[in-house]
Amino acid sequence: MDSALIPKGVRRCSIGQFALFVGVVGVVLLWGVFAMLLCWIKGLNQTNMNDYYGFALWIWADLAVIALGGGAFFTGFLRYIIGKDELKNIINYAVLIGFICYSSALLILAIDIGQPLRGWFIFWHANVHSMLTEVAFCLSCYFGVLTIEYLPLILENRQLDKVPFFHNLSHNLHEVMAVFAATGAFLSFFHQGSLGGVAGVLFGRPFAYREGIFIWPWTFFLFTWSAAACGPCFTIMITRLTEKITRKTLVKQNVVELLAKISGWMLLTYTIAKIIDTWYWAAVSAPAGGFWLMDFYSNNPLYGPWILITEVLICGALPACILITKSGRKNPFTLMIAAVLAVIGVSLNRWVMVLQVMAVPVMSFDKWVMYSPSWQEVATTILPVAYGVILIAISHRYLPIFPQERELNPIEN
Amino acid sequence: MFPFIFEWMWDMSHVVFMGGLWYALTIIGLGMTYCILKAAVDTAQGKGSHHHE
Amino acid sequence: MKKEHSKAKKYGMVIDLDKCTGCGACMVACMAENNVPFKKDESNKLDSITWLRVFKLTNGKSFPDADTCYLPRPCMHCEGEHGHAPCVSVCPATATDYSHETGIVSQIYTRCFGCRYCMAACPYHARYFNWWDPVWPEGMEKLLNPNVSVRMRGVVEKCSFCFHRYQAAKEKAYYEGRQELEEDEYQTACTQACPAGAITFGDLNNPKHAVYELKKDKNAFRLLERLGTNPKVYYISTRKWVRQAGDNYLEGYETEGKVKKHR
Repeated sequence: MDSALIPKGVRRCSIGQFALFVGVVGVVLLWGVFAMLLCWIKGLNQTNMNDYYGFALWIWADLAVIALGGGAFFTGFLRYIIGKDELKNIINYAVLIGFICYSSALLILAIDIGQPLRGWFIFWHANVHSMLTEVAFCLSCYFGVLTIEYLPLILENRQLDKVPFFHNLSHNLHEVMAVFAATGAFLSFFHQGSLGGVAGVLFGRPFAYREGIFIWPWTFFLFTWSAAACGPCFTIMITRLTEKITRKTLVKQNVVELLAKISGWMLLTYTIAKIIDTWYWAAVSAPAGGFWLMDFYSNNPLYGPWILITEVLICGALPACILITKSGRKNPFTLMIAAVLAVIGVSLNRWVMVLQVMAVPVMSFDKWVMYSPSWQEVATTILPVAYGVILIAISHRYLPIFPQERELNPIEN
Repeated sequence: MFPFIFEWMWDMSHVVFMGGLWYALTIIGLGMTYCILKAAVDTAQGKGSHHHE
Repeated sequence: MKKEHSKAKKYGMVIDLDKCTGCGACMVACMAENNVPFKKDESNKLDSITWLRVFKLTNGKSFPDADTCYLPRPCMHCEGEHGHAPCVSVCPATATDYSHETGIVSQIYTRCFGCRYCMAACPYHARYFNWWDPVWPEGMEKLLNPNVSVRMRGVVEKCSFCFHRYQAAKEKAYYEGRQELEEDEYQTACTQACPAGAITFGDLNNPKHAVYELKKDKNAFRLLERLGTNPKVYYISTRKWVRQAGDNYLEGYETEGKVKKHR
C-alpha cells in the first residue's frame, strides 16, 4: 500500500503490522499528551514537586536525554571534523536519535515551567550570567542545527527526492554539512557544559557546588565530557535494539566497534576526571562548607554510598574497560552490556546532580526530604519515549537511515 | 538578547555571550540561505530533474 | 554631610532568639501584609507559602537539659560577594535582582516564568512557588493590601522586607523635602508585630540605627555563613548550641580561616 514511499531495495514489514505497532505506542503517547495537557491547564499542582523539590523528575529527564543525545554532536564531530569516514554509516541514526532527544528536552522544559506562555522571557530578558540562559540559547540553536541535519534525510525519501528542488537542497545540505556539524559541536560544548554548570554554580548547596575556571565549575567540563562519552553508547544501544526489533543487521560491526572504541577511551578519561573531582570535592570543597562526604550519603532511606560505587565504578570504569579492549568490543554481548552500563551511569549522574541536590539538607536543623513523582510526571516523561519510538519507526520505514542496509540484507528478486 | 532591550549592558559578559550566540546564528542562517538559494539556482538550471533512484 | 546621604543602604534584621517565644505573630502579620495566599488545608508545609517561617530547634537532650529555640526565617537578602546572591545570579530572565541602593533582593512576579532555579539555589528554602492560583475566602478580596500585588499561579515569590513600605516612606519623605528616612519610618510588618520585640530592623550601614550595633554583638551569627551567601539577617542567642545550629561544623577540621566574613 505504501510501497511507493519505502526506499528501494529494502524489506519492510506489512503496513498492517506497522500500523499496529505505531498504534500501540500511540496509546502511550496519548496518555502522555493527556497528562501534559493537565499540567498546562491545571498547573504544576498536578505534580509531586514542592518547595523543596523545585527541580524533580522532568529536569532529570531533560538532563538525561540531552546527555544521551550527545551521540549526535560527538559522532558528527568525529565524522566531519576529525574525518572518521566510516561513521557516515551511523551518523544518520545518531542525528535522528539526537533530534528526538533534543525535541523531547524542549517539550519537557515547556511543560516544566510555571508560566509556559512566558517561556520566551528567557531569551528576551536574558540574564547572561545564568547557566540556564546559556542552556536555553544553545539548546534551541542546536535543535535548529539538528533539524538542518535531519532535513536532508527526509528529503531523500523516494517520492520527495523526485522533486528537483528538494533533491538539490538535500545535495547542497550534504555539501556544507561540515559547517553545520562544527557549529553543532560548538553549541553542544556550551549547552552540555552549562547543564553541568546549572548544579555546579549553586554555592548555597554544598552537595552540588564545585570550584572551576572563571564562571565555569568543574561540572561544566564533566558534563560535556560524559555526554561525548556516553551519547555514542546510547546510539550503539539503540542501533542494536533496532536491529533486534527489525531482525536485520543495519550497521557493520567495524563501524560500531570504532564508535565503541572512541567512546570507551572518552569514558575512561571521564571516569578518571570524575574520580579526581569527587576526591577534591570530598576532601576540600564540602568540608569548607561544613560537610563530610558521608553527610551526603547517610541518614536517609535512599541516597547511600552505593550511588558513588554504581556511578563511578560499575557504570563508569567497568564499561570503559570493556570498550577499550578489543575482545570486549568484538563480543556483541559484552559490547551491549558496556553500552547499557554507560547509559545507566550517565543517567544516574544526572539524577544525582538534580534530585540528590534537592534532597540533602543544608541548614543544620533541616531534614532530608524524599520525593516520588506523580503519575502526571511519569506519563509526561514517558511521552518523549513513545514519540521517539514512533519517529524512529516512521523514519526507518520511509527514509534511507542506514546506508549499509541494502548491502547487509540483499533481496533476491 | 538585543542591545535595545533595557537589561542589555555594554559589558564583557554581554558581548562575549551574545557575540557567541549571534556568531552561531549567523553561520546557521547564512548556511541555510546558501543551500536554499543554490538549490533554487540548480533547479532553474535543470539539475536534478533527470535524477532517478 | 552630603557624602553620608549618598551612602548605599543595607537594610537588614537582627533577631534575638532568646526573646522569641514562637508565637507566630510575625508569620501572621507577614501573610496579611503581603497578601500571601493560603490553601484550605495547610498541613503540607512543603507546598504552602510562608515568606517568614518559624523553625523549631531543639538541642536533642532529654529532661532536664532539654531546650527549645524558635527561629524565624525570612528571606536572608543575601549579598553574596558584591550582590552575587545565590538566587540572583542564577535567574535566567532577570526576574530577581539585588539592589545596591537598599540591599534588598527583589522578585519581579510579572517577569518570573516559573523555572524554579532560584529555589534550587537558595539553601534557606526562603523561596516559594505558587502551585495554585490564589483563592481568597468570600469577601476577603476587599481586605487585601492594595499596596502589594497578588501573585498568579506559576511564579516564585518570597519575603521582600516589605519593600512597598520603603517605597511609601520614600514618597512621603520626598513630599516633605527630605532625602533620608528615619529608622521608624520604614519597618517591616513582622518587626512591628513581634510582641516580644525580638526583631529589630534597619540599615546595617547606618550607625544611628539599632541594628548597626546589634549585629556586632558577640553572640550574633548568621545562617550558613560559611557558604559565602553573606546574608543580611543576623541572629543573637546567648545559648551556644543555638549559635552552633546556625552553621555546619566539622569536628577536627580547621575551619576558622575558611569562614567568609562580610561584615
